[in-house]
Amino acid sequence: MEGFLHQVFSGLATGGIYASVALALVMIYQATHHLNFAQGELAMFCTFIAWALLQAGWPYWAAFFATICASFILGLLIQRILLRPFEKAPVLTNVIVFIGLLVIFNSLAGWIFDYTIKPFPSPFPKDAWYVTEYFSGHEIGSVGVTLCVLLVLYAFFRFTPMGLAMRGAAQNPDSARLVGIRVSWMLAVGWGLAAAIGSVAGMMVAPIVFLDPNMMSGILLYGFAAALLGGIDNPWGAVLGGFIVGVLENLLGAYVIGTELKLTVALVLIVGVLTLKPSGLFGKVVVTRV
Amino acid sequence: MKSYDRNWMLVGGLVLLVALCVVPFLVKNFRVFQFNLVLVYAIAILGLNILTGFNGQFSLGHGAFYAIGAYTAAILMDRFGVPYWATLPVAAGVCFVFGLVIGFPALRLAGHYLALATFALALAIPQLLKYRLIEGWTGGVQGIVLNKPDAPFELALFGQRLSPDRWLFFFSLAVTILMFVIARNLLAGRVGRALIAIRDHPTAAAAMGINLTYFKSLTFGVSAAFTGIAGALGAVVVAFVAPDSFTVFLSISFLVGLVVGGLASIPAAVFGAIFIQFVPNIADEISKAAPWAIYGIFLIVFMYLMPTGVMGLLKKMWARLRPTGAADAASGQP
Amino acid sequence: MDKRQFGFAIATVAMSTIAVPALAQKKYDTGADDKEVKVGNIMPYSGPASAYGTIGKSMSAYFDKINAEGGVNGRKIKFISLDDGYSPPKTVEQARKLVEEEEVLFIATSLGTPPNSAIHKYMNQKKVPQLFVATGATKWGDPKDYPWTMGWQPNYQAEAKIYAAHILETKPNAKIAVLYQNDDYGKDYLQGFEAGLGDKAKSMIVSKLTYEVTDPTIDSQMVTMKASGADVFFNITTPKFAAQAIKKAAEIGWKPVHYLNNVSASVGSVLVPAGLDNSVGLISTQYLKDPTDPQWANDKGFQDWKAFMAKYYPSGDLKDGSNVFGYNVAQGLVQVIKQAGDNLTRANIMKQAASLDIELPMMLPGVNAKTSADDFFPIEREQLIKFDGKSWVRFGKVYGR
Repeated sequence: MEGFLHQVFSGLATGGIYASVALALVMIYQATHHLNFAQGELAMFCTFIAWALLQAGWPYWAAFFATICASFILGLLIQRILLRPFEKAPVLTNVIVFIGLLVIFNSLAGWIFDYTIKPFPSPFPKDAWYVTEYFSGHEIGSVGVTLCVLLVLYAFFRFTPMGLAMRGAAQNPDSARLVGIRVSWMLAVGWGLAAAIGSVAGMMVAPIVFLDPNMMSGILLYGFAAALLGGIDNPWGAVLGGFIVGVLENLLGAYVIGTELKLTVALVLIVGVLTLKPSGLFGKVVVTRV
Repeated sequence: MKSYDRNWMLVGGLVLLVALCVVPFLVKNFRVFQFNLVLVYAIAILGLNILTGFNGQFSLGHGAFYAIGAYTAAILMDRFGVPYWATLPVAAGVCFVFGLVIGFPALRLAGHYLALATFALALAIPQLLKYRLIEGWTGGVQGIVLNKPDAPFELALFGQRLSPDRWLFFFSLAVTILMFVIARNLLAGRVGRALIAIRDHPTAAAAMGINLTYFKSLTFGVSAAFTGIAGALGAVVVAFVAPDSFTVFLSISFLVGLVVGGLASIPAAVFGAIFIQFVPNIADEISKAAPWAIYGIFLIVFMYLMPTGVMGLLKKMWARLRPTGAADAASGQP
Repeated sequence: MDKRQFGFAIATVAMSTIAVPALAQKKYDTGADDKEVKVGNIMPYSGPASAYGTIGKSMSAYFDKINAEGGVNGRKIKFISLDDGYSPPKTVEQARKLVEEEEVLFIATSLGTPPNSAIHKYMNQKKVPQLFVATGATKWGDPKDYPWTMGWQPNYQAEAKIYAAHILETKPNAKIAVLYQNDDYGKDYLQGFEAGLGDKAKSMIVSKLTYEVTDPTIDSQMVTMKASGADVFFNITTPKFAAQAIKKAAEIGWKPVHYLNNVSASVGSVLVPAGLDNSVGLISTQYLKDPTDPQWANDKGFQDWKAFMAKYYPSGDLKDGSNVFGYNVAQGLVQVIKQAGDNLTRANIMKQAASLDIELPMMLPGVNAKTSADDFFPIEREQLIKFDGKSWVRFGKVYGR
C-alpha cells in the first residue's frame, strides 16, 4: 500500500511537470488556434537564458523574472517577424514553420551552451516544512507555481479587457476586427504569454531532469497528451490532464505492464479516451452549423 | 489536355526516362545509393499525401507504417529466405491491415487529436520493436543485418558495372513508377473526387451519399500500404533495420517532405523526397556548428517562398505562362 | 638494336632495379599519400545522443595539435567527421560517403552499436578498417569473421562481470535491483552482469526495470525498486539519468550499495549535478583519469590534457569525461599511424592496430592498450573505484588481461 501511494505521489510530481507544459500549449492554442510544436524547445532555450544569468551571478528570483520578461519579448518578436507572413497560409504550412523553429532552437542551444547536462538550482529549500519522503521540496513548490500561473491566467482571460479581447480575436477574428480589436497584436501577445509560461515550466522542470538541449523533447509529447486529454481549450483541464497522465504512466509502469511497454500502453489509453470523448475530458464540444 | 501539350509531356517523359537510365552509370555508387533513398522516400511521401493531402486526415505517424513494412521485409528475408522482390507485396498487405486498424479510431478523431494519436503511434513503435517477447523475430535492439541483392545479370555502361546499388536503383525506379501509376489511377476517378470532397466538406459529402466510414478507413489502409512498400524497399536498400532507424524524426521528415513538395499532388512526392534527403547534407556543408539551425532556416524560407509547396509554385508559374490553360491547371488544390 | 641503344637499355634496367626497392618502401592505399593521411569519423552531433558529439570535436582538436607540431612521419592528418544523428540509415550513407567520395584511408571511432552494426558488413566487404569503435559492445573483437573491425574501450560485459564478482565476494546474500536503458548498451551490461552472477542471478536480482532515452524522469522506477526491498543497486544509465537516479535515491531515503556503470562515472557531469553528498559510497570502474578528480591536479598527463584543451578546444567542457576519451583514442590512432611508417595500406593499418602495446598519459596507472592477431580488444584493464565525497578512490586489484 505504501508503495502504491508512493507511486501515486511520484506520478503527481511528474504530472506537475506535464501540467505546466500543457498550460503553455493551451495558452498558445487559445490565442492562435495552432498547436505549437516548438513550445518545448522555446521553453528550453529560455531556461538556458536563465541559466546564463545565474552563471553571471544574478540572484535566483531576479534571473527568474528577467527570464520571464525576456521570454515574453522573444515570443512576441517571433510572432511579429516570423509568423505574421504565415497567418493566412494553410495549417500544415504553419506546422512546418513550427518544426523549423523547433530545430533552430534546439540546434542553437546546443551550439551556444553545448550538450553536457547542467544542474539548475531550485528556489525551494530541501528541508522546508512541507518536505516529505514522498515529495521533495522542489516538487511541491513547482506544483504550487503551476497552480499560481493557472490562477493568474484564468483571472487574466476572465476578468481583464485584454484577456477578453484575446479570446475574441482567436474565436472570431473578423468580428473582432469590426469591434476595433487589433487582432494581429493579440496574436503576438498570445505568443509572448505562451513563451513566458513555457519559460516558467522550463525553470521548474530543469532542477528535476537537469538542463540540456534535449530536455524538453520527452516531456513535450506528454504535455500534448495532457493538454488534449483535458481539452485543448480548457486551462484547468490541461493541468488536470497533466496530473492524470503522470499518475497513469507511473501506475501502468509499476503495476500493469512493466516499464518496457509503459509508453505504448499510456499512449494507447490516451488515444482510447479521446476516441470516447473526442474533445477531451473537459473540453467544450463544439457544435457547428452545417 | 491539348494535343501539343500532350506531345510536350511525352517528349519530356522520354528524355527523363533516358536520363534516369544513364545517370546511375555516370556517378559513383554512393550517389546512386542516395538516389535510391530519394525514390524510397518518394513512395512513402506519396502514401502520406494520399491520406493527408487528398483526404485531409493528418498523420504524424507514417514512420510507423514505414517501420512495419521494413521489419516485415527484413524478417521475411532473414528468417525465411524470401527473395527481396517478393517481400514488397507482403509488406503492402501487412501495412494495409494495420492501416485499417488504425483508421477505425481515427474516424472519431479530427485535426489535432488525430495528429496526436498518430504522433503517439510513431513514438510507440521503437519501444514495441524492442519488446523482449518478439525479440526472436525482430532481433531486438540489435536489429537485423541484411544482404544486398546482386544484379541478376552482368552489364556495363561507360565503364561502370551494374553494381547492387545500380541494380536496386532500376528496381526502385520501376516500383516507384508503378506506385505512381497506381496512385494516379486510384485518385483520378470517382474515388479521388470522393476523397477530396471528404477533405473539403465532410458533411456535404455524406449528404451526397459518400460513405465516410468506408472511404476514410480504406484511405488509411491504402496510404499505409504505400508507405509500407517504401519501408520494405528501404530495408533492402540500406540492408539493415533497427528500432533506432524509425524514430519520431522519420515521421516528421515525411510530413516536411509532404508540405515542401506540395499537398494533393502526385509528382510532388519526388520534390519532397529530394528535399528531405539532400537539404540536411547541404546544411551540414554550410555550417558544421549548427547544421540543423540552417535546416530550420531553409524550412522557414521555403514555406515563405512557396506556402503551397514546390508543386504549388510550379502550377502557379505554369498558369502564368499559359493563361488559357488555367482551367486544367487547377485541380485538387486545397 | 644497335650497341648504343642496348647499352641504354641495360642502364635503364640497372637503374630501375636500384630504384624499385627504394620506391617499394612507400606503399599507399586510397586516402594516404606523401602529404596527408585521411581519417574518417561518424559521430552523433545531433539527435538524442548528441552529448557524445564532443568526442569527435576533441579528436579533431587533437589532430589539429599533431598537425601543428609537424604531423605524423611528416604527414598531416586530415580528420573528416560527419554527423549521423545516431540513425543507422544515415550512418550507412555517411560511411559510404567517407569511403567512396572522400576516399579516406580508414574510419575511426564511429559511435554507437546500431550505427556500427549497420556498416559492419560493408566495411569488411570493402576491406576498409573500422577502427577503435566507440562502444563497449562485445561483438567488435572478432578477428576471425570481421578482420577489419576493432573495438577500443573495455567492453560492457567484462565491466559488469567485475561488479558481479565483487557482489558475490562482499555481499553474497544481497537482493539486487537493476535499472537499465532499454537498448543494446543497457542489455549488454545486463547480460554480462547476469552471466557474472551465474546460477545465483535469478535468486539475487529482485527487480529489473528499464527506461527509454525519451522518458522525462525515472522517478517511478526508483520508487518501485525501493519498494522491492533491494539493498544493492546496479545502475546502468547514461549521465542524465544517472544523476537523476542518484538524486532521487537520496530523496526517497533509499541507501543501497550503489554500483554505477563507467559510462556515467564523471564527477563533474554526473555527481556534481546529483549532489556530492548523495554520491558518497558509489562504486564504479575506471580506466581513464577523471578530469574533475582533484587527485590528478598535479599529474603531468592531466596538465598536458588541460593545456591541450585550453589551446585547441577552448569551448570544450573541462568537466566532461568524453573529452578525455576523445583525446585518448586520438593518441591511440596517432600511434597506429606512426607504427605504420611509410607503408600506409589499409592492411598494414589493421596489422599495426593489432600489434599495439602502449600506455597513454590519461590512462590510469596500470592500464594499457594491447592487441595481437587474435586479441582485438585494446583496452581491457580497469579498476574498481569508490566515491568518498570528493574524488574517486581506487581500490582492489586491476582486473583484465
